[in-house]
Amino acid sequence: MSSSATPAVAAKPPSPAEPVVSLVEASKAFAGVHALREVSLELFAGETHALVGENGAGKSTLIKLLAGVHQPDGGQLQIGGEPVFLSGPGDAAHRGIAVIYQEPTLFPDLSVAENVFIGRQPLRPGRRIDHRAMDRAVNEVFARLGVRIDPERIARGLSIAEQQLVEIAKALTRSARVLIMDEPTAALSPIEVQRLFRVVEALRSEGAAVVFVSHRLAEVFEICQRVTVLRDGQRTLSRPLEGLSETDLIRAMVGRDVLTEAHEQHAPSRTVLEVQRLTREGVFRDISFEVGAGEVVALAGLVGSGRTEVARAIFGVDRYDAGTVRIDGQKLKRGSPTAAMSAGVGLVPEDRRQQGLVMEQSLARNIALASLRKLRRAGVIRARTEREFATDWAKRLQVRYSRVTAPVSTLSGGNQQKVVLAKWLARKPSLLIVDEPTRGIDVGTKSEVHRLISQLARDGVAVLVISSELPEVLTVADRVLVMREGQLVAGLTREQATEEAIIAAGTAAALPSATRKTPS
Amino acid sequence: MTAATTQTPPDRGEPIPGTDALVNPRTLVDTVLRARTFGIVVILVLFVIVTWLLQSSFLSGSNIRFVLSDATIYALVAIGETFVVLTRNVDLSVGSVVGLSAYVSANQFQAHPGIAIPLVFAVGLGVGLACGAVSGLITAIGRVPSLVVTLAMLYVIRGVDTIIVGPGQVVANSLPNSFINIFQATILGIPDLAWVVAAITAAAAFYLRSYRSGRDLYAIGSDPAAARLAGIPIGRRVFGAFVLSGAIAGIAGVIWATQYNTIDATAATGLELQIIAAVVVGGVAIFGGSGSVAGAVLGALLLQTINVALNVLGVPSLWTTPIAGFLLLVAISMDRGIQLRLSAALRKRRAHLGA
Repeated sequence: MSSSATPAVAAKPPSPAEPVVSLVEASKAFAGVHALREVSLELFAGETHALVGENGAGKSTLIKLLAGVHQPDGGQLQIGGEPVFLSGPGDAAHRGIAVIYQEPTLFPDLSVAENVFIGRQPLRPGRRIDHRAMDRAVNEVFARLGVRIDPERIARGLSIAEQQLVEIAKALTRSARVLIMDEPTAALSPIEVQRLFRVVEALRSEGAAVVFVSHRLAEVFEICQRVTVLRDGQRTLSRPLEGLSETDLIRAMVGRDVLTEAHEQHAPSRTVLEVQRLTREGVFRDISFEVGAGEVVALAGLVGSGRTEVARAIFGVDRYDAGTVRIDGQKLKRGSPTAAMSAGVGLVPEDRRQQGLVMEQSLARNIALASLRKLRRAGVIRARTEREFATDWAKRLQVRYSRVTAPVSTLSGGNQQKVVLAKWLARKPSLLIVDEPTRGIDVGTKSEVHRLISQLARDGVAVLVISSELPEVLTVADRVLVMREGQLVAGLTREQATEEAIIAAGTAAALPSATRKTPS
Repeated sequence: MTAATTQTPPDRGEPIPGTDALVNPRTLVDTVLRARTFGIVVILVLFVIVTWLLQSSFLSGSNIRFVLSDATIYALVAIGETFVVLTRNVDLSVGSVVGLSAYVSANQFQAHPGIAIPLVFAVGLGVGLACGAVSGLITAIGRVPSLVVTLAMLYVIRGVDTIIVGPGQVVANSLPNSFINIFQATILGIPDLAWVVAAITAAAAFYLRSYRSGRDLYAIGSDPAAARLAGIPIGRRVFGAFVLSGAIAGIAGVIWATQYNTIDATAATGLELQIIAAVVVGGVAIFGGSGSVAGAVLGALLLQTINVALNVLGVPSLWTTPIAGFLLLVAISMDRGIQLRLSAALRKRRAHLGA
């Protein structure tokens, strides 16, 4: 199969004992927060290596070290036993390390073949691109992968599965020795997952070292030979998969003291939010649930399961195709954040820097932003009123700041989040949706934010929290709803909700019972 | 294996009725894109036919020659602009470059009587190259939005032009006949200048299709972040596009001097907006990544044809500007509408397939 046009993966197998690529006690910190601490990883030719861990355990950072996106602060990266310094993603690719991200980055306007060969198209004399050779090479690779995508169609509109295959084709034509796949199955249908696995298996048997990141443990056992578990930036397990059970892996992922902060149960009074059969085609479907006044409900599930999208649809940022949203019994107009806001809904978005705050503006301006209607006198907003209003709310939420006129960009992440919360609390909402309330916030401030959420519920606000951090979910929530692949799959009470139960509900991979045979 | 994801997987029940048209996205997307260029041709032909039916003198030889020679300068500048727009940039300074180059090159005949004509073209080219290089350098190295950079250059170059020209002007009878008549010949009834521009269009299209650096321009405009990950030298390519746009505008300035008899400090004022209109009407995406020089040239031809046709039909010239603006709106709304429909269709298709 390996003609000159399609170089094969790793022609010469290195000695089995020696890793192709390894990280030796690598550490990486961002702004003083350790993302990885002395983590070692050995990747062997002809082996698929699973990398598992909870969100925030350090998997992404580890991948970015291997991909040359980040450089380790301590420890080193070795290729073939030699220490190397990767200057960037291009350097890593050049050295045979290919990364396939969960959402591949293709050029939507270029053809599939060009996406595979961009910057290194086969040439004819006179440095002209040999389009025919390019298409032929891409067809050959696709034939080897057992897929049929027209090399001349443009990449726009390809499904995620097809985009991943294009990325794999890119890696193959570059003769990559190491193929890193970051949650490749997250957005795939069971059939597409099976096809991807056949491809991975074929590459592995040809001598590639594959890294497979997945939250679905069943998949890990299906195609991996070795596993490394990360927890809080450290390696807790790294060994051949043989002899391990799912329970062993979950224990290695979770096995830490669950935050002991006492949870106070809130008894819901009347229903505030009522969502019925909400559907956005291709994103989520048939979502129905209620949140009562004084209740904290958490929406859990993997990244990409549709949690954030549901929240955006409720708030009116995105449209939905079917279903209804009611606030206090009143049907909410779809696709209108203004209507949602006047009905008393607040949304604290996941990405506070981009969507929650005007970073260059002052603390006072940001806090007052959602309450301007209330503050104006004869249509005019006086700076002094604004400042006094903001100071009051900043005090209530214990925001640590120098001056209310200082830009919010000068605050720490935790205090920025409090400013966003203050902005919405000042409107006295009846429903507050908080997406990832403590992402990128240090541990100390985290518990303050949790306390604030509890306080809100006590004051009678209905709170919907979206969080990927299970300890956080267990700390704040009265009820836990679990989403998987766009559907609501479990509703757990306070008593039923454990980390294991949530992981099990959120990851149970819906694989077809029989593996189909395919001629290739 | 033959079951590509574009087909309904065999074990997910019978094919969903009504999705047949969406089964192969290639036909969907490509048809739309082809229809885009094709659409301009259709509108152009319709316009010509309707005008001809109303006023049969419209298709007289002299009228055709007039439209073509008028459209060629616009088409030429539109080619350079296309290179810039493809990279998700814009060059607003082309009108000023044409104006400056037209005056400076025509003025050579007074400053250096008996100067060789190729040398005059070289002077115009030099003016264009210099202007393009400045815009390109600031945009590519300074990472300043090209909209602002070239807006500033529009005023700077026009200002320099005004200072050099002063209240004076170059009139045709001070120019040698050999210069004025250089593009007056016709081949097969079509002005030789049109042939030259057609050849340049073909060369530019060939370059954009067949050279790595040409494809890089599309990649940069399509997704700048991905282009950086792919190791494409973004700065160098963007700089190159601006230099080319400047150079073409410089040459166009010399041609302008041969075609228009009087050149003063206001020559080609506002040209840049007509050029960008032509490029966008011609189907080049204003946010880069897709489009063709042929489309841009057709866009220029369409806008000029409309100008002349309205004139022939006796529509007051006041009307031509709003009509051109209206066409631009139609073109942009059409693109946006198609894009939205396309992504909705693809989203639904995927939902049906359960991906």
